[in-house]
Amino acid sequence: MSGRLATVGYRIAHAIPVILGVVVVSFLLTRALPGDPAVYFAGPAADEASIAQIRTALGLDKSLPEQFFVYAGDVLSGDLGQSISTGQPVLSDLANRLPASLELTLTALLLSCAIAIPLGVLAATRPGTTVDHLCRVLVTAGVSLPTFFTGVVLIYVFYYLLGIAPSPLGRLDFIYIEPDHVTGFYLIDAAIAGDWETWIGAVKQLILPAITLALFTLAPLARMTRAAMLSALSSDYIRTARAAGLTENKVLFTYAFRNALLPVITTLGMVFSFTLGANVLVEKVFAWPGIGSYAVEALVVSDYAAVQGFVLAMALLFVALNLIIDIAYTLIDPRIGFETR
Amino acid sequence: MTYNSSRRGFLKGAGATVLGASVLPFLKVLPASAAGNDVVVAVTGQTINSLDIHRTGTNRPSYQVAVNVYDRLVSFGTKTLEDGSLSYDYSVIEPEIAESWEFTDDGMAIVFKLRPAGKFQDGSPITAADVKWSFDRAVSVGGFPTVQMKAGSLEKPEQFEAVDDLTFKINLLRKSKLTLPDLAVPVPMIINSKVAIANATDEDPWAMEYLHKNPSGSGAFKVASWKPGEQLVYERNDEWTSGPLPSVKRVVLREVPSPATRRALLERGDVNMSFNMPNKDAKELSETEDITIATTPIENAIYCLCPNLSFEPFKDKKVRQAIAWSVPYEEVFQTAAYGRGAPMWGGASTTPADIAWPQKFPYSTDLDKAKALLEEAGHGSGFEVPLSISLSQTDWMEPAALLIQENLAKIGIKATIEKIPGANWRTASLVEKRLPLHLETFGGWLNYPCYYFFWAYLEGHLFNSSNYRNEEIETLTGETLHMNVDDPDYAPKIKRMIEIVWDEVPRIALWQPALNVGTREVSGYEYWFHRQLDVRGLAKS
Amino acid sequence: MSDATSNSLHVKSNDSALAHVAYVLKSNPITMLAFSMFAVLIVAAVFGPSLVPYDPLTSNAANALQPPSLAHWFGTDNLGRDVFSRVVVATRLDLAISVAAVALSFAIGSVLGSIAGYWGGWIDAVLNRLFDTIMAFPLFVLAMGIVAALGNTVENIVYATAVINIPFYARLVRAEVNIRRESGFALAAKLSGNSDIRVLALHIFPNALPPMMVQVSLNLGWAILNAAGLSFIGLGVRPPTAEWGIMVAEGANFIVSGEWWLAFFPGFALMFAVFTFNLMGDGLRDIVDPRQRT
Repeated sequence: MSGRLATVGYRIAHAIPVILGVVVVSFLLTRALPGDPAVYFAGPAADEASIAQIRTALGLDKSLPEQFFVYAGDVLSGDLGQSISTGQPVLSDLANRLPASLELTLTALLLSCAIAIPLGVLAATRPGTTVDHLCRVLVTAGVSLPTFFTGVVLIYVFYYLLGIAPSPLGRLDFIYIEPDHVTGFYLIDAAIAGDWETWIGAVKQLILPAITLALFTLAPLARMTRAAMLSALSSDYIRTARAAGLTENKVLFTYAFRNALLPVITTLGMVFSFTLGANVLVEKVFAWPGIGSYAVEALVVSDYAAVQGFVLAMALLFVALNLIIDIAYTLIDPRIGFETR
Repeated sequence: MTYNSSRRGFLKGAGATVLGASVLPFLKVLPASAAGNDVVVAVTGQTINSLDIHRTGTNRPSYQVAVNVYDRLVSFGTKTLEDGSLSYDYSVIEPEIAESWEFTDDGMAIVFKLRPAGKFQDGSPITAADVKWSFDRAVSVGGFPTVQMKAGSLEKPEQFEAVDDLTFKINLLRKSKLTLPDLAVPVPMIINSKVAIANATDEDPWAMEYLHKNPSGSGAFKVASWKPGEQLVYERNDEWTSGPLPSVKRVVLREVPSPATRRALLERGDVNMSFNMPNKDAKELSETEDITIATTPIENAIYCLCPNLSFEPFKDKKVRQAIAWSVPYEEVFQTAAYGRGAPMWGGASTTPADIAWPQKFPYSTDLDKAKALLEEAGHGSGFEVPLSISLSQTDWMEPAALLIQENLAKIGIKATIEKIPGANWRTASLVEKRLPLHLETFGGWLNYPCYYFFWAYLEGHLFNSSNYRNEEIETLTGETLHMNVDDPDYAPKIKRMIEIVWDEVPRIALWQPALNVGTREVSGYEYWFHRQLDVRGLAKS
Repeated sequence: MSDATSNSLHVKSNDSALAHVAYVLKSNPITMLAFSMFAVLIVAAVFGPSLVPYDPLTSNAANALQPPSLAHWFGTDNLGRDVFSRVVVATRLDLAISVAAVALSFAIGSVLGSIAGYWGGWIDAVLNRLFDTIMAFPLFVLAMGIVAALGNTVENIVYATAVINIPFYARLVRAEVNIRRESGFALAAKLSGNSDIRVLALHIFPNALPPMMVQVSLNLGWAILNAAGLSFIGLGVRPPTAEWGIMVAEGANFIVSGEWWLAFFPGFALMFAVFTFNLMGDGLRDIVDPRQRT
């Protein structure tokens, strides 16, 4: 176990340069964006003098290295700056909006896993049959549509035509009372407060956007499950296990599935990253107050502080996620053990 | 902000008896309109990013907070337009916080008498000291508020004088017709200076940080809850002293970025109001029962095609005229604006009959004339030019640009469409003025032709993105800007100015845009020059 | 795509390859369907512009927003342009964008991943940090940032799409190479006098191909969707160029008002193409997977 602990420590140590890299890259990327935020924020009738005033106020009159050190110093002291487009501190903006995005993404991924993994296993155990083909067609159809299009179509059909779905107005219809803030996840907060009406209200708002995202993430998960299961099932140890007379279920779930999990988890990590990105578009369609839509708005108006803060928050999230995946790797696949090689 | 309690309070205040969480199930399937007879739910596509119009970086949609939550010394009147919709009346100035006002005999100062009963939302009296502090702030903080004050010749704190508690005096730098109307725009709002000063710091003497989130005014509504990017809830100030008590108690303003969703919400009756609707939706929903669409042409505003005089072919007046003759006006108007607004082409004469502005430019679609002019200018074989549009205004700019591009090709000008990101658009078009051919949209708050000319035709001025300069225009604009409209010299000078810019066309007018607002079970919507939602007059019907 | 196929077939280098392809196609009707759909796409891409009934760029404001009819099979858009012609003509551009982006990330990702997985050590560490850094960005937002910073041209959309996909290929290759670099067949190949690069390229790397093919097939679709998403927020190809993504994005605004054909047909074409790539990827996997050949 100490070897594994060392591996974990080694991983964490290696995450630090990534975060530094992200800070630098995000700083440079935001500075490479076109446009002059000072002009944009000076308002409709500003003249040269007022633009210059705002440039100074934003610290944009300093040289790039100076701006970077100011920024790095602020980040170290936990200050991500003020977003100019929402007028709030970036940290509080992110804290308000991150749970919204995570709630949506995780719900979508759970939904997706619950459908995709059984589908993938099913397809892999019956390769070449109608079931297999049907699975392929189904999941492929889901991934083949742009999320914003699916979103609009779902709204059109279920809200506009049928009137089943609630109005696409963000996380809660305004007639519900927002649950007291504990985690920021409405489903959890409402459950803690025992307010099931609100819980149901929040679920209703979640359904359409979560389906939109889940449809889109079914394919990579199901396909990777199928591919990994197929290659696991055709490997020597499975043949051995079968020859040894183990039951089909034991072979399937204990041996094949465990080995197939490795690429599935890699894919899950990728899909999570991809989904948070795809969120941007879904959030826009469903007026979902998440960080994706926040980042897009910020990017469009060159709101440096907001873009950097967003990227930094994402980076931390992803570094943590990758760590978990790596650790899961070492637990699942004993062949990987970097510290010994 | 009172984030947590607001929803509970909101429903209780909605007149829907006592509503705890346990009673909510009855409400959840009902449309918003059933939430209460004195609650209005409106949707908009934009984010309110500050509750303080004076703050650096406050965006346009936030100006409505200044309108609804603060009062000014004076306001404009209200009139009914031909189509039955309401509009503010530029010709009438009405009291708001001020009870009366008069010019001193030499005409170089205005003395305002404040209402003795005037109270801020916290119950403290409105005094001349508050007015002075607010005006000092507006002219001192820089940026947009200071520029807007300057337009009314309100430039430095020394001009403002609190004579006694209820008497406020403005010493004028010059006699100008713009001063009094400029006091009725959203910027010179009256702030509760006692509260503001108590929350000011040495670094922040104007309490920018505090007022950004905590408006302290005397207006008809308070902000009950504000979540940037989600919604803003107004709650009536039952003690409003500057006008008749509004009939609605609450207004929920929800932000929905997708125009398709906004349309669906209005059509399904889940909201009472959709502010600033796309032209297409306005056109199609105007035939719907239960929905009233108010389409008001925006005063003193024109959507233009601007050839930049810093670039070679456009230095020649004939080339600019050739472009003006080549634009497919009717198609552009129908496709990009769905016919909402007013045509600005096909004027009968090259000399204006009156001083109305904007009025129809004397151009129409005539490709032969365009070709001939291009030939005369020595560009018969055509040239290539980028046609720039803004990414954040593609809804009308893109179809307009595509149609213009097609017709330009017919007279030999090869235009390539260039989309410029929103953040870069202002820098490129207005500040650096480096776009050879582009679309532009200036509208002046103060409704005078000379005001439009001041911003859009004078060299170096912000909205003169064509880099146009004409000596006569420079002189005439300077002369007319502060002159009274009934001065006998005014009309001839303005006519001469219009005649010149028609002939030289540095800005080719496409059409006069309109503001579309859809309402459902709500009356009393009023159009304002600032194009923001004024919730004070709304009533549930 | 075809590169990779021929590569791996070459590795196995025997004349039963074609027979195997035929066998797989026969045993998997959907793969056959996918290949015929691909043929349709290719035909549309190559001959599309000369086949369509109308000029995809000519507007006709008087005839705007017409529903599908005999004259306009897919209706007309808000400028009166023929949607059918635009959908068909767009095929070439969309295929070009996705194939170019994927080929670029496949090539770069394979090389970097092989190096990292085979030699390990500090190169591995540095490259891994680099990939982590790229992957630490939400992909779509990174693509947005790149296109916003560089300007919205077709090349920049290709570069942005390629950059965000490189780590996927590199990590897959690295994982496969890392597991197999000391396996029996690799050591045997090395002992029999093959150079590192030769062992890597001809013996170890081909094992990474089956998962890579799945990735390629998905990415071809993702690349188109990525471009469509960029268009949705206004960072796509320049107008008036016909491109499915922009057409769906613009058409989506018309759905609620009843003009469904604007988004539906380009959306269908988009789905058709992504569908084809995905099904083909699965099919290709069956063909290149050595273990399926029994």
